Amino acid sequence: MIDAGNMVYWVVVLLMMTGLYVVLASSNLVKKVVGLNIFQTSVFILYISLGSVSGGTAPIHVEGVTNYANPLPHVLILTAIVVGVATSAVALALAVRIHDAYGSVEEDLIEKQETEQA
Amino acid sequence: MSLLVLLGTMAIAIVRLNRLFAVVILFDIFSLLSAALFVSLGAVDVAFTEASVGAGITTILLLGALSLTSKRQRQISWKRHLPAILITVAIGILLLFGLSDLPRFGDPEAPAFGPLYSRYVFGSPHEIGIPNMVTSILASYRGYDTLGETTVIFTAAVTVLGLMVRGSGARTWSGGGMDHHLILRINSKLMLPLILLFALYVQFHGDYGPGGGFQAGVIFAGGFILYCLVFGLESVQSFAPAGLVRVLCACGLGLYILTGLCGMLLGGNFLDYNVLAHDPLHGQHLGIALIEIGVGTTVAASMFAMFHAYAGYEPQA
Repeated sequence: MIDAGNMVYWVVVLLMMTGLYVVLASSNLVKKVVGLNIFQTSVFILYISLGSVSGGTAPIHVEGVTNYANPLPHVLILTAIVVGVATSAVALALAVRIHDAYGSVEEDLIEKQETEQA
Repeated sequence: MSLLVLLGTMAIAIVRLNRLFAVVILFDIFSLLSAALFVSLGAVDVAFTEASVGAGITTILLLGALSLTSKRQRQISWKRHLPAILITVAIGILLLFGLSDLPRFGDPEAPAFGPLYSRYVFGSPHEIGIPNMVTSILASYRGYDTLGETTVIFTAAVTVLGLMVRGSGARTWSGGGMDHHLILRINSKLMLPLILLFALYVQFHGDYGPGGGFQAGVIFAGGFILYCLVFGLESVQSFAPAGLVRVLCACGLGLYILTGLCGMLLGGNFLDYNVLAHDPLHGQHLGIALIEIGVGTTVAASMFAMFHAYAGYEPQA
């Protein structure tokens, strides 16, 4: 199961775990967004590595070349990256508004304020 | 191989750090590294996007959010760490089990290289007539997907503006620029035309090499953002007023949909470019160019509008 060729997949799992851990464990909302982005990047790497073929070139047509990487995952991931930044922007905007309302972006402090009000 | 190790190191460093400024800068490096990894895997278009979006715009937005919230994370208690570690390890083990079912890395017999692959890779040069297969799938074969994604970006821009802009949004902000730094001022003025020219090249050369509307839009917005950072927000008001930028967000999406509708009016399906000109290949060229311009406009305007919303935001007392 462990060989150098499949190293990419191992790193994907490692990055996915790191991203998930940051999302779960950090209390700061901005850091959670960073964690979400790491998670997202690991999925991107998984897709791109599934579409790559040994000895293949970039999927731009050249006379005489028949071995290309699979262009379909590239398309999906290209648009996913741009959509990812757009959704991150929304998440950060929400964090900024939460900071306005509660004076903090730390989850536990916000929760404390909520329970005091109730 | 060394790229993978560096990526892992960055990710672990991000977990360990509590100073958020350092976290954001490390994430920037992480994005650049993953862009380099995409190049080595043959995904040049993706690398281009990751370098301009991940390392450029995401970092600016994160820094913007940091300046409006707090710079440090509080210490986390072990009560929070323990369940998180347990869940992460459990999911990691499950994923590792799943790995054994994946095809070998770089295997040409993998399911991903089935009939669909042959159709796209060997059909596209004849059916669409442009060398870059990523562009032909993005804009033509899977035009519906891209329309959906452009809509998502537009919606996100509308949401950010709705959350962060009060009143007309025409209020100008000054004093935040860095125009007292001579080197920054001269350099950014020298760079700006080059950045915009490069963005146009990426936009119109996307059929033949890596590039296209998404990358070009982000680079275009990046040029304007650089100018704003150095000279202050009000300096761009004269040629890119907030209202115009918002209208452009919608115009790009509108151009995309109109191109699709033109295909219907001329007797084809929605987003069918073959009918746009006498020769199907010319029609494809025209259709792809039009929707790439639409995508570029929406992406550039949305990114700039979002930056503007962050930079011009005034916290409520």
